Amino acid sequence: MIIAVSALDGGLEAPFHRSFGRSPVFVVIDTETMNHRSLANPGAAAGGGAGIRAAQTILDEKVEALISGDVGPNAYAVLQAAHLPVYIFSGGTVRQAVEAFRSGRLSRADQATGPARGGIGGGMGTGVGRGRGRRGRS
Amino acid sequence: MIITVASGKGGTGKTTVATALALAAAARARPVYLLDCDVEEPNAHLFVNPAIESERAVGILTPVVDAEKCDGCRHCAEVCSFNAIAAYGRTVLVFNELCHGCGNCSNLCPTGAIREELRPTGSVERGWAGGVKAADGWAGGTGAIHFIRGTLNVGEAMAVPVIREVKKEARDAPRGALVIIDAPPGTSCPTVECLKGADYALLVTEPTPFGLHDLKLAVEVARDQLGRRVGVIINRDGLGDGRTEDYCRGEGIPVLMKIPHDRRIAVAYSDGIPLTEALDGYTEKFRALLERLATEVGR
Repeated sequence: MIIAVSALDGGLEAPFHRSFGRSPVFVVIDTETMNHRSLANPGAAAGGGAGIRAAQTILDEKVEALISGDVGPNAYAVLQAAHLPVYIFSGGTVRQAVEAFRSGRLSRADQATGPARGGIGGGMGTGVGRGRGRRGRS
Repeated sequence: MIITVASGKGGTGKTTVATALALAAAARARPVYLLDCDVEEPNAHLFVNPAIESERAVGILTPVVDAEKCDGCRHCAEVCSFNAIAAYGRTVLVFNELCHGCGNCSNLCPTGAIREELRPTGSVERGWAGGVKAADGWAGGTGAIHFIRGTLNVGEAMAVPVIREVKKEARDAPRGALVIIDAPPGTSCPTVECLKGADYALLVTEPTPFGLHDLKLAVEVARDQLGRRVGVIINRDGLGDGRTEDYCRGEGIPVLMKIPHDRRIAVAYSDGIPLTEALDGYTEKFRALLERLATEVGR
């Protein structure tokens, strides 16, 4: 299974980063082989809409699950559109996050877990979908 | 002539100056337009008591995606500079609150699946302040001020689209008209929008360290970046120290007027009485100021 973990840095030993939208790096891992690669999160430096951008990045990577901490309402709405499961980790390294996931110790979020930081000036996105969804991978 | 009354720091007296200018200039031959562009907190009306004749909703053009035409290319999400669109397959999510209405997504959609719809974020009202009272309300005439006010809806973040619409209302101003723009405080986009097209930036400050600090920022934006002519009005003169004047002298910026730190002005302000009525001589002072600016600007 291919999963993404929000992290402060690249690699399996990098510290986990709990803020999804502003997380500097996403480490994408194959849980069977532990092969991994790290990609910069373009949302980290976004002027606004960080979570949306981060979520789009994750969706474009075709991962099957995300491990993060605080996922705001906008980001969650985007991940929801693709039916991408989000698992909540509290702290440690990327490797520890993957291990916790593999042993079934992480709980799955059923709603946004982080505050609406609101892109520009505090607006909260409602994220109303206007398209017809194709079923996402899960 | 377009004069934008701006400041760095808030609460220095922009509206006091803008309304006094408008009232002093009214009753003269040239038409006067007073544009309250401090759309997050418009308050010029309190001092000129306008009769509002019309109101229209203004806002931002936001995208609406036609699912039948969308082929899921995700180009809209890629070209959005504000991360207001996410796309997964043919599911396109639009986050209206983040949309700046730039039109990239609709213009660049390869299948023409995106149209734009106005999302109201505020209103623009227009009317008259003073002048001749006709059967159906104020009707302009001698002493009248074209009064235009923008209001940003509570909870909205972007003032610029509303300010642009306020400014449009003065496009019909005849040659020789005097347009006074009461700008919001600060030096960010809304203030820049108010300074665009202005012949003169009248910067109101108070002679305190904070006032001076923000005045410098305002000069950087108005004069150095936008190339506007700038002049300073020092309000609450008597407070603080002489550093503001030293700075203006050093920069070659004229100090056009000093308004004293006078309790009578504060009392009048709290009652909605404009400066021109609060203290004797200010109508004449502001008229002299206008003449000086007109000469300098050449309009």
